[in-house]
Amino acid sequence: MQHKIDVEQLGPQGEIMAHAIEACVHCGFCLPACPTYQVLGEEMDSPRGRIFLMKEVLEGNLQMEEAQPYLDKCLGCQGCVTACPSGVPYGELISTYRGWSEPQRHRSPFQKLFRIGLQETLPYPARFRAAARLGRLGKLVQPLLPPMLKAPLELLPEALPQSEPLPEIIPALGERRARVAFLAGCAQQVLQPGFNRATLRVLAQNGVEVVIPKGQSCCGALALHTGERGRALQFARTNLKAFAGDYDAILTNAAGCGSGLKEYPVLFHGEPEQAQAAQLAARVKDVSVFLLELGLKEVPPLKRPLKVAYHDACHLAHAQGVRAEPRQLLRSIPGVELVEIPEGELCCGSAGTYNLEQPAIAATLGERKARHILASGAEVVVTGNIGCFTQIQTHLKKLGRELLVLHTLELLERAYAQAALQEGPS
Amino acid sequence: MNPALTELERLFPPGRLLHKPGELVPYESDALTAFRARPLAVVLPESHAEVQAAVRWCAKHQIPYVARGSGTSLSGGSLPIDGGLLIGLNRMNRLLRLDPVERIAVVQPGFINLQVSNAAAPYGLYYAPDPSSQPVSTIGGNLAFNSGGAHCLKYGMTSNHVLAAKVVLPDGETVELGSESLENTGPDWLGLFAGSEGLLGIATEITLRLLPKPETYHTVLAAYDSLAKAGEAVAAVVASGLLPGAMEIMDSLAIEAAEAAVKAGYPLEARALLIVELEGETPQVEAEARYLEEVIQKSGAYEVRVARSNEERLKIWKGRKAAFSAVGRLSPDYIVQDGVVPRSRLGQALQAIEELSARYSLRVANVFHAGDGNLHPLILYNGRLEGELHRAEELAGEILKLCVALGGSITGEHGVGMEKKAYMTEMFREADLAAMQRIRLALDPQELANRGKMFPGETPAQSFHGAHPLEKAGVISRE
Repeated sequence: MQHKIDVEQLGPQGEIMAHAIEACVHCGFCLPACPTYQVLGEEMDSPRGRIFLMKEVLEGNLQMEEAQPYLDKCLGCQGCVTACPSGVPYGELISTYRGWSEPQRHRSPFQKLFRIGLQETLPYPARFRAAARLGRLGKLVQPLLPPMLKAPLELLPEALPQSEPLPEIIPALGERRARVAFLAGCAQQVLQPGFNRATLRVLAQNGVEVVIPKGQSCCGALALHTGERGRALQFARTNLKAFAGDYDAILTNAAGCGSGLKEYPVLFHGEPEQAQAAQLAARVKDVSVFLLELGLKEVPPLKRPLKVAYHDACHLAHAQGVRAEPRQLLRSIPGVELVEIPEGELCCGSAGTYNLEQPAIAATLGERKARHILASGAEVVVTGNIGCFTQIQTHLKKLGRELLVLHTLELLERAYAQAALQEGPS
Repeated sequence: MNPALTELERLFPPGRLLHKPGELVPYESDALTAFRARPLAVVLPESHAEVQAAVRWCAKHQIPYVARGSGTSLSGGSLPIDGGLLIGLNRMNRLLRLDPVERIAVVQPGFINLQVSNAAAPYGLYYAPDPSSQPVSTIGGNLAFNSGGAHCLKYGMTSNHVLAAKVVLPDGETVELGSESLENTGPDWLGLFAGSEGLLGIATEITLRLLPKPETYHTVLAAYDSLAKAGEAVAAVVASGLLPGAMEIMDSLAIEAAEAAVKAGYPLEARALLIVELEGETPQVEAEARYLEEVIQKSGAYEVRVARSNEERLKIWKGRKAAFSAVGRLSPDYIVQDGVVPRSRLGQALQAIEELSARYSLRVANVFHAGDGNLHPLILYNGRLEGELHRAEELAGEILKLCVALGGSITGEHGVGMEKKAYMTEMFREADLAAMQRIRLALDPQELANRGKMFPGETPAQSFHGAHPLEKAGVISRE
């Protein structure tokens, strides 16, 4: 598509945006893949509609505020990237655009405070834990709170698990087959420490030595996707240092963090660390991909056959193209019958902090996902991302159906440990 | 907001009328971005009665309108009219009835083409017309443009699969065209409506014919070292008496683009690929497959592959169907052309297109429904380079004239829309066009429905640069 964006004036970030807009031919193949278009049925809430809006703003033909409501409603799920025949890097476009527009836009003091609150707590496990404790007190007065504050409370668990400090090195059990660095993730450390526990155990059992570099921080995805580019760069610079060592791979067990690290080359486009960012991104792998490439040690059969639905996290399936590997891992557990979730490619509505900032759309999508999961006839739902986990659990519960929800590696760990699967979430 | 728009807004539940700049910008183009126009407003009806209300409002205030579903027209057929109303039908997307015994489905106009087959699949049925845009284009738009697709070689176009339609005429009156039975009484009014490009009214309920799913498919991919050989192979297959479900050709540029988009496993070094698909009952398909193999071998293919599984078959088709949009990877801009030549003159047409491409120094990718001679040359250009768009348009025009000269047509399935109205005079005599216009005026004397499309020449709405009479009278405004 033609544009008249002044790329020179916008600099390296402008190049990224202009390149994406050029690639769009407005064919509309993205429409059925876009969750907000499916729910709202309006062109401005579709990927190609948003591309038009961004183009017009960047060209100076449209006030930024006119386009903002629709760009804010984008989940950033990148379902459109999978559907797009002409290869528009929409994820790069929307992140970069948000980074460009955020410093210029007007927000109310309450909105600003809310956003700072999220940015200053979620990426820091200790602060997030303290805030979550406070939040549980807030649950008592929940009916009195404005909707913006209700959403985060709804997603908090009844009881917060004990904090589990992570060691710096976890040795391989038996012969060492690989040595990797591990990004521990932020929110999951507080909400579901079981994810990391299971991941580290399975890796050790498979002969992988894991290093959890001390200097690491949040991957920065949360900041990047909400337009806080400066903050994202800060986090990313910390990680460039922390993960500089010589490892066979850099592993994550959270879809959002994995794609966050892989986005560093876009984030650092035009910055001095560009080459270093590309090197790091090239070594990042989701734990499911790594285990499959390494060759999984034999898994003992389950005590009884189990119908498992694998939920594709958008930042694995759409952003990283990882769909087959987690399924293959699950199929290698004897007794697992894998079922597909209808409309599985559509986002569950979690999408980072989206379910906190756009609670109504997020809830519609969450319920839709929960209903599809129930329709699949699965006994257990498995996913590779903390956000999806929380969203799915919340909405299954709302429908009165507390299906067991696990991380992919948790199911694998339980299979190795011959644990009973009826115990409930760890 | 001006009084007329306020009146329209009151006819609908809150939130259904879009009129702010940020709401209108995304509706300014369909899938032909060379044209843009900003409508006065967009309305999103959800029922027949609401469509009727919108059309009556247009008739009352003499405001031209365009109806659109997913906005995927490649001819600019669903381009808004500057200052007109855009009636978005994408929310009218319900399946009203599916009768597996009668083999019919009744859908609203915003129902997606592919969803018809998905809904019919549990009964072993499907909907045959398969435009490449089928995952996104709507039945309403398919009917308005009489869409085709790869499998129209054997099954015909949309008009062959629509039994009835409930239509809101441009004056707001409702009529029922056709019936659920295959036999018609009186003239084929529905046939007149199919392909009328939104000029005769808006269909709000469409009855479709479903077919039993073929028991077996046999999909063959043949690679050639020249486009002409692939073209001759098509003629040879037809001459052999076989009637495949589809016969498609892609040239090297199209192969490159499609392969980059979907990794279909196409041989990248091929100058041309021929896809032939046989379908039907297993014993028949098996016998035909042996015969086809002989014909293809004789045609000089240097590599022949047969899809061994349904996944392989779908991969082959996915590449073909993504080809248009995938060309966006090769060039920032391109024109998708759509012309028809008699099958026997395919080789001649392709040769001529190649010469034109060289003369205009513009790359042309070819993807086409070879079986029915429906060419889709994609003219690649860079709109940033001075004069290149103009050259591309001229080349596109030359190709259309060529099609007519060879005894074909200026459009196979994309419609005339904005893009080809200037070429209608190549195809039709003055008396032909005048007769069509008389029929149109009988139903729409104010020329409100999709004004400015299909008929050649400028229309009052387009040539008009000053204020609309209603603007002058203070009834409407653009802000």
